[in-house]
Amino acid sequence: MNVINEMHLKFPSKSINESFARSTVSAFVMELDPTISELADIKTAVSEAVTNCIVHGYRREIGTVYIDAKITEDKLVIIKIRDKGVGIEDVELAMQPLFTSAKDEERAGLGFAVMQSFMDSVKVRSVPEKGTSVTLMKKIVPLR
Amino acid sequence: MIQTDYKNDVLTVYLNGEIDHNRAANIRTTIDSRINSLRPRRLELDFSKVSFMDSSGIGLIMGRYRAVGLVGGELKITNIPENLSRIIELSGVTSLGVL
Repeated sequence: MNVINEMHLKFPSKSINESFARSTVSAFVMELDPTISELADIKTAVSEAVTNCIVHGYRREIGTVYIDAKITEDKLVIIKIRDKGVGIEDVELAMQPLFTSAKDEERAGLGFAVMQSFMDSVKVRSVPEKGTSVTLMKKIVPLR
Repeated sequence: MIQTDYKNDVLTVYLNGEIDHNRAANIRTTIDSRINSLRPRRLELDFSKVSFMDSSGIGLIMGRYRAVGLVGGELKITNIPENLSRIIELSGVTSLGVL
């Protein structure tokens, strides 16, 4: 896996930064010449993961959200989004469609379902009281 | 800022731009205050000017379905752009009969 470009971003977990994060990642992957649909998929998945950091990871405080993104020679996009927040007790449960721990805020409980549907792969690692990291991968298919 | 229109017992809300968690709270407050003062027979959410939406938009739709139901009204969502059709389908809101 030959990495041809990478970027690192960190910002406070303010919800105004959801739009900043997805737009920045979207600009970064432009080098691979994605289709509008591929770009929309990546933007949506990043928005979900970053919103999770803000709404769940740092529920009681403002913390730092980290994004490490890479693109490889064979057009794979790898985006790691992490927080040092409260973590998830039961990752399998959290990933079930419609499960949410923030019902009062009208969270649909679809964040992970959207990430899984829009990306090729989603990996979640979480340690309670330490934080959560979500790694999203998607291959950009060259236009024929 | 979103525009709303009320005619013949129908409250139409013209959503626009990017709907994410940051914006959803304000949109929700605006719509709910109209619902509670007008008690419409029908709430129409027009998505034609929405350029991006994540699952916060789905939460917004499901929440308004409940809110308008509480005053005896029904929800319809209209003019869904092609780029939002996947998330709408994935969410299952179509099973609520709102399309």
